[in-house]
Amino acid sequence: MEDIEHFEKEIRLVDENGRRIDGRSLDALRPIKIEAGVLKRADGSAYVEWGDNRVLAAVYGPREAHPRHLQDPTRALVQCRYNMAPFSVSDRKRPGPDRRSVEISKVTSEAFANVVFREQFPRTSVDIFIEVLQADAGTRCAGITAASVALADAGIPMRDLIASCASGKIAGQIALDLNKEEDNFGDADCPMAVVPRTGEIVLLQMDGHLTEDEFDRAMKLSMGATSKIYEMQKDALRRRYAVTALDEDDASEVSP
Amino acid sequence: MSSEVVSELMREHIVKLVASGRRADGRGPEETRKLTIEKNYIKTAEGSARVRLGNTDVLVGVKIGIGEPYPDTPTSGVLTTSAELVPLASPTFESGPPSPTAIEIARVVDRGIRETKTVDMSKLVITPGEKVWVLFIDIHALDYDGNLFDAASYGTLAALSCATMRGAKLGVPDRPLPVDHWPISITAAKIRNTIVFDPALDEERIADARLTVATDENGDVRAMQKGLTGSFSYDEVRYVISTARRLGNEIRGIVRA
Repeated sequence: MEDIEHFEKEIRLVDENGRRIDGRSLDALRPIKIEAGVLKRADGSAYVEWGDNRVLAAVYGPREAHPRHLQDPTRALVQCRYNMAPFSVSDRKRPGPDRRSVEISKVTSEAFANVVFREQFPRTSVDIFIEVLQADAGTRCAGITAASVALADAGIPMRDLIASCASGKIAGQIALDLNKEEDNFGDADCPMAVVPRTGEIVLLQMDGHLTEDEFDRAMKLSMGATSKIYEMQKDALRRRYAVTALDEDDASEVSP
Repeated sequence: MSSEVVSELMREHIVKLVASGRRADGRGPEETRKLTIEKNYIKTAEGSARVRLGNTDVLVGVKIGIGEPYPDTPTSGVLTTSAELVPLASPTFESGPPSPTAIEIARVVDRGIRETKTVDMSKLVITPGEKVWVLFIDIHALDYDGNLFDAASYGTLAALSCATMRGAKLGVPDRPLPVDHWPISITAAKIRNTIVFDPALDEERIADARLTVATDENGDVRAMQKGLTGSFSYDEVRYVISTARRLGNEIRGIVRA
């Protein structure tokens, strides 16, 4: 990565006051903005800004499953495609799926299959498309957070939303929601996704090195963060479906 | 790309509307949809623009790097244009290798930039035969509601116009990518015997023929592409060109801003 060359070897990820390079404390999330219903053609959609990440998600379906041999006569498929735009990273990414995005697509599909009431739509497919427009570490969490809102926006029956967040280890300390520099130079990264109402973990990955105690603390941080993200997701959906109040405001502005 | 079925009722409705000089969204035949452009939308790109043409939404990113020139053009930079019609943007788009539609869009946009010398490729040489600037234009469709050609071309021009050539690796200051021309593409659709400009999705789906005309700041024609199975008469082509010049002038102001 070309960016790595520009950094000093002994880059200080955390200063003596416990502040990170972007000014956050160790247990702080980056600023998150969630918007539901942003695309016209999709059955449901959502846009998430998460620090410098920008992610769009769209949901189509339930619709006929393709290829047909994948159809399940008893329930719907949940198929997710995670894709990065070529300009979303510092060195241009070659268009199309690579091994990383295939893996992320798979674990994301599996996470959502857990909450969708699939047996209500036999032989169909619920298709989730996650497009990363600008990446700054944590794109799968931002993508899952967006896709979850998009599924609700599409009216897909679900047990609950899924909220997702990562935490990891930087400069020997456990920190929430790593950004790109922290991810590149940190010691561990552990993305997870949870069904907030029940606390069930539907996605969990880890790379790097954590002791058992560190893992516990990282998960506690992530769990706390996902409950905040869950509220933001519900808030985005409420704003999307509170149009009548907005319409009245608009009408009163137009006709005095 | 699989096509969507248009009901006979919808088809007749649109045909009748355009024949009487009206359109489903209330526009006049020569009226384009509202165009908004957000330049420098993507931090990780050297230049970018998000374009909304009505409900059609396209994001274009320009990545600029340093590489080797092609052996047959040692004194010219390298330009590559690709388009991804990702399945997020429409129920008719599928994942997989680029569809013929995506390739056509990328090639028409590429020709428009290359042939008009919008970016003078000879200004992108660092060491002749060895080192040149390499431009990647990536067109990413986000919401397809008709007329991707024009949205992609406005996005490309806007993204180029705000692009930076980063000089850190060469030890020189950053400088803006030189943009010398402003060719504006305008697409017309022919439905039975009526021509409408900037077709919306419903119009595009039932159109018999399509004509895209790019005109430059002097009103000269710089590129044309006819599509679909129908035909245009010579008079119709002239009408489309003169209208494209007039509409192009309005749109150029928005793209340059």
